[in-house]
Amino acid sequence: MRLTAKNWQGLALTAVLLGVAACLPLLTTAYWLTIGVTIALYTVLATSWALFSGPTHYISLATAAFFGVGTYTTGLGIEHLPYWVLPPLAGLIGAALAALVGLATLRLSGVYFVIFTLGLAEFIRQIITWGQTVSGTKGIYVLTSITEAHIYWQLLGLAGLVWLLGWLIGRSRLGFALRIIGDDEEVARHSGIHTARAKVLLFMVPGAFAAITGAVLAPRYVYIEPILAFTPMLSFQVVIMALLGGTGRLWGPVVGVIPFTFLWEGISASVPNQTTLLLGVAFLVIVYVLPRGFVGLIEDARARVNRAEGYA
Amino acid sequence: MKRRTFGALAAAALAAGVAVPALAQETLTIGAVAPKTGPLAGGAAVTYWPNVQLWAHDVNARGGLQVGDAQYMVEVIEYDDQTNPGETIKAVQRLVSQDEADIVLPPYSTGLNLAAAPIYNRFGLPMVTATATTDQADQLSQQFPNVFFTLGGAQAIVESTVVAMDALRDEGVIGNKLAMVNVADAFGIELMNQAGPAFEAAGYDIVYETSYPLGTQDLSPVMKGAKAAGPDAFIAWSYPPDTFALTEQAIVEGLEVGAFFTAVGTAFPAYQARFGDDAEGVLGIGGVHADGEAFQEYAARHEEVTGAKPDYWASAMVYSSFQVLEEAIREVGSLDNPAIIEFIKGHAFDTVIGVLDFNENNNNTAFWTVGQWQDGVFKGVASTGREGAVPVLAGPDWN
Repeated sequence: MRLTAKNWQGLALTAVLLGVAACLPLLTTAYWLTIGVTIALYTVLATSWALFSGPTHYISLATAAFFGVGTYTTGLGIEHLPYWVLPPLAGLIGAALAALVGLATLRLSGVYFVIFTLGLAEFIRQIITWGQTVSGTKGIYVLTSITEAHIYWQLLGLAGLVWLLGWLIGRSRLGFALRIIGDDEEVARHSGIHTARAKVLLFMVPGAFAAITGAVLAPRYVYIEPILAFTPMLSFQVVIMALLGGTGRLWGPVVGVIPFTFLWEGISASVPNQTTLLLGVAFLVIVYVLPRGFVGLIEDARARVNRAEGYA
Repeated sequence: MKRRTFGALAAAALAAGVAVPALAQETLTIGAVAPKTGPLAGGAAVTYWPNVQLWAHDVNARGGLQVGDAQYMVEVIEYDDQTNPGETIKAVQRLVSQDEADIVLPPYSTGLNLAAAPIYNRFGLPMVTATATTDQADQLSQQFPNVFFTLGGAQAIVESTVVAMDALRDEGVIGNKLAMVNVADAFGIELMNQAGPAFEAAGYDIVYETSYPLGTQDLSPVMKGAKAAGPDAFIAWSYPPDTFALTEQAIVEGLEVGAFFTAVGTAFPAYQARFGDDAEGVLGIGGVHADGEAFQEYAARHEEVTGAKPDYWASAMVYSSFQVLEEAIREVGSLDNPAIIEFIKGHAFDTVIGVLDFNENNNNTAFWTVGQWQDGVFKGVASTGREGAVPVLAGPDWN
């Protein structure tokens, strides 16, 4: 694999930015660290979501399902295994689950997939509840000495990993195949691309990352019960943030996550009684005003500048 | 002219604005975080939010909160955590760092309280929970020495239910045959798992046993099954929606039992409003010293200020937990949190549910466990050491 100067530039810039972000816990108050955790959390979730949903246009609402599975991996495993084993384990479980779901649904066209993924979180929540009924345990306590800063650093590392993986996929045959599938699945199939396999492979990426994120976040929640681990709101927020940023570029989702986190924080702080209403309005505005997200806006602006320079 | 009026108003506003820093010293900011949306919003609207409003009203009506030599009016900032632990954590952070709240009240429900415990612990805030049920207070108070528990746990509730049933069995109202069902969700599962062995050890015969998922709309198969088994008593470890649905079905089916027990939600005023005279004799989780002066006075004030009746279980406990905090601040004479926490550990407090104190695990061991609707009021019939329990009566008569 040969890298151009521009590739090196991009990689170096990303590494520097991640390094700067990693200094946050050393520099600011606890409040900004909490905001930082929120941003890092949704950056991982939205970017990995966009890796699959961006090129294929399949809207997945399964984030909460994978996240909850990861949370329970830590919750159930913390008594028996050292903590550092659990996030990778959650990733494996998440990927395996995504593969199963993908095999079952990705042969179907878009809308069935959306409905199935939405139901998935509820389905797994019921399975865990059933497990609790049988085994007789209720909420699980995760008492560790892991602090907010540790969680933040883990999430940042995870974000770096998502970008690296996304970049590698973009350069690979798989990435090329997926762009063709996104444009026209029929054409892709006639060109000899095994479309189902490509989609299943890629769907495992957000599955694994959402599960790892859940595993990393579990110590923060202390007490885990199905209704809190599998909250469907999470799936919707990830979709909104990714669409706000734009799914066409690897850095797109993070451009959506940051302003959305501040917008959401502003709404929660100033009109705490109307949060859900305003979330809905924000969604409508994004879809109507910014159909390609901030990425579209930025690229239009760049194109205009380039054109202006061309005439000069 | 208009313009000049506006200018004068602006000047006045500016003058008032300048005066604000001096006035701000007279006000304490109180932070409260609990669900206003999401699955637990309904419960919080009955048990939590009205008490925040009432307590702030009461403090201000008394002329403010006494801190040392000064008296401060209180002002409440309310945040909605959307029943999401991440949002609870964020909102507590915001209250402490951005709003510089002087006092932060505990959140609502077991899950959200425990999710917020590390952050209260980091800021060293006293956290007297009133809506968290746990049997692991010892372990939790070791990790979070600033957290206190008041509402009790499943074990005590189950033990009291056995005692209440025993009383009815001794009188010959019921026999040994029990039908017992539960909602397949956290608290319901925990209660059921302790209740099964406890009732069997007490010599009862469980003739019907089943569970149903949270949110089940049609509970008539459950009630039909229970009725067909011909039990002497019916016990449901249920949540509010199914507490109502099961009672409804029991009335429709004409279930004839000497004792009818539904769990969470039976103590809501809405239960009595819904079933009227049919609620008479129904047993449930919770209870209060309903004939006590302290509760009656509190209930009257609650209704007058918030326009709603308190529930007969956690409402009074929520208000009492605020009273504990208030009294500790007054006695310590400052907002020094470590001193306030030490004070709470070492003292007994006079509250609307009676005297409240804590054991070495920061756990209040005297709480109401079982109540019964008697003469339109949900009276406590069993507790772990509260005054004012009334004798348990024979169950509802729906025929």
